[in-house]
Amino acid sequence: MRATREGYVQGLLEAGEINEKVVVIDGDVSRSTGTTAFQKKFPERFFNLGIAEQNMAEYCAGLALAGFIPFYSTYAVFAAGRAWDQIRTSICNMNLNVRIGGAHGGTSVGPDGATHQALEDIAITRVLPNMTVLVPADANQTRQAVLASLEIDGPVYIRYGRNPVPEMYDRNKSVVPGKGHLLKEGGHASIIAAGAMLAPSLEAARTLSKKGIDVSVADMVSIKPLDTDLIQHLATSSEVIITAEDHQIAGGLFGAVSEYMSEHCPRRIIPVGVYNRFGCSGTPEEVMVHCGLTAEAIAGKVEEALIK
Amino acid sequence: MVSPKVIREDILRMIHSAGSGHPGGSLSLVEILIHLYWKEMRIDPDNPQWEDRDRLVLSKGHGAPALYSILARKGFFSTDKLETLRRFGSGLEGHPHMQSLPGLDCSTGSLGQGLGIAAGLALGLTIRKSRARVFCILGDGELQEGSIWESAMSIPALKQTNLIAIVDRNHVQLDDAVDKIMPLEPLAGKWKAFGWTVATCDGHDREDIEKAFSTVTDKPLVIIAETVKGKGVSFMENQALWHGKAPDKEQLRKALEELE
Repeated sequence: MRATREGYVQGLLEAGEINEKVVVIDGDVSRSTGTTAFQKKFPERFFNLGIAEQNMAEYCAGLALAGFIPFYSTYAVFAAGRAWDQIRTSICNMNLNVRIGGAHGGTSVGPDGATHQALEDIAITRVLPNMTVLVPADANQTRQAVLASLEIDGPVYIRYGRNPVPEMYDRNKSVVPGKGHLLKEGGHASIIAAGAMLAPSLEAARTLSKKGIDVSVADMVSIKPLDTDLIQHLATSSEVIITAEDHQIAGGLFGAVSEYMSEHCPRRIIPVGVYNRFGCSGTPEEVMVHCGLTAEAIAGKVEEALIK
Repeated sequence: MVSPKVIREDILRMIHSAGSGHPGGSLSLVEILIHLYWKEMRIDPDNPQWEDRDRLVLSKGHGAPALYSILARKGFFSTDKLETLRRFGSGLEGHPHMQSLPGLDCSTGSLGQGLGIAAGLALGLTIRKSRARVFCILGDGELQEGSIWESAMSIPALKQTNLIAIVDRNHVQLDDAVDKIMPLEPLAGKWKAFGWTVATCDGHDREDIEKAFSTVTDKPLVIIAETVKGKGVSFMENQALWHGKAPDKEQLRKALEELE
């Protein structure tokens, strides 16, 4: 078990080594996001701009205009939400090479409660032209997402979490925009998951297989661009698709998959995610149970769908 | 050096031809922009992407007609293009879009963002050890945006002296006089309290502008340029109504007659 934020910082340190144009900006949460490690290693390329997310996003736009690859990170609610107009009108409209680290995504920041749980960030970044949205599921994949972002032309949003999650990927398994991963193949139904819901999806698949139900499990790490080949493949092998995300079902992974499938390969799509509500305080596990973000919930949805 | 009259004629003709746009806040900017592009900035119209050029961020992006006229008169593109303002495919977007027109250093339009972008640009130039400077023109109404003051706080904190901010203090915003909507005074005091050196000038007086720009200081410099919204056209001057309205044919004729 390792937190995806550790992978993010590892990726940043390597990115800073590989490319001297990498600059890191933090907004008074560097001890929490871990970017202090970058500050230590590259003090001349690290700036803490205080609690001012709009200004951070603007500085990054300017740094990108000057030829740099700025990464700014703070809690995902603020990184994506507080600075949204800057992201839209300055960063995306100019198609600038800004990388936004949405830390503590989803329910992973449990005890802090609703204000700090980003459950809308994928929706509001995904909708922006030019933006790439990556939602890695473990520490290795988060590291790879950061490294992959160096090769992307235009803005990138990387969403990751605070707490230790199971390690599913090999250190060298690369992240490619527009490419997901098929981790398990089965004919009865398909689960498409992202981020913190990938591990519970794999667990649900194991539970189901004991009951004789074989499901595919796909990791949609690249929510934008979406891996449409992978979705087409799943659509040919199963009648039912279940999406699983640590996010509002409106506008997130369910939204992205539904948009594509309704046009190109209509199937029944059932969401596991947060239904139009705010989170609350509790351990991340408690909040996930409360919001229905569990392996049991996923397995239940699959069984329910197959009976109908 | 181009005369202010030529730029003002361009602005009025462009906005008339487009049928929409912002004459008031474009006319107030003219002398400031002439000073920047003819006296202050190190630029090369034949090489608009020159890495070590000085940059302009027109944070009050609705002043675009003034900037487009200046860029055309400076030779970044043909003056024939000016009358295509706001037309489909012309490149002279309603608010500046960097990728659509040579000579633009930044896209702007959503108020309150330009100062932070200028600061990021200036920081990048410093890291690169470039001697280039960044100029950022702000509207006075725009200073009501909170994000401006986030940047106003960080620029002195980072000791960024390769950036100069200019406030086009024309005292009028879309709805009414700035004083009536949300007063800014003491404006110089606010900037000083944030750690800036403040210079003030008559934003329509060439020598006074030049003096303000030559202020010697080891802090970031903001120039509060006292201007007249709609400057040069009697019926537009100080009128909120002319913030965002195009002159019709008769109004254009009268306006052009009045210009000095």
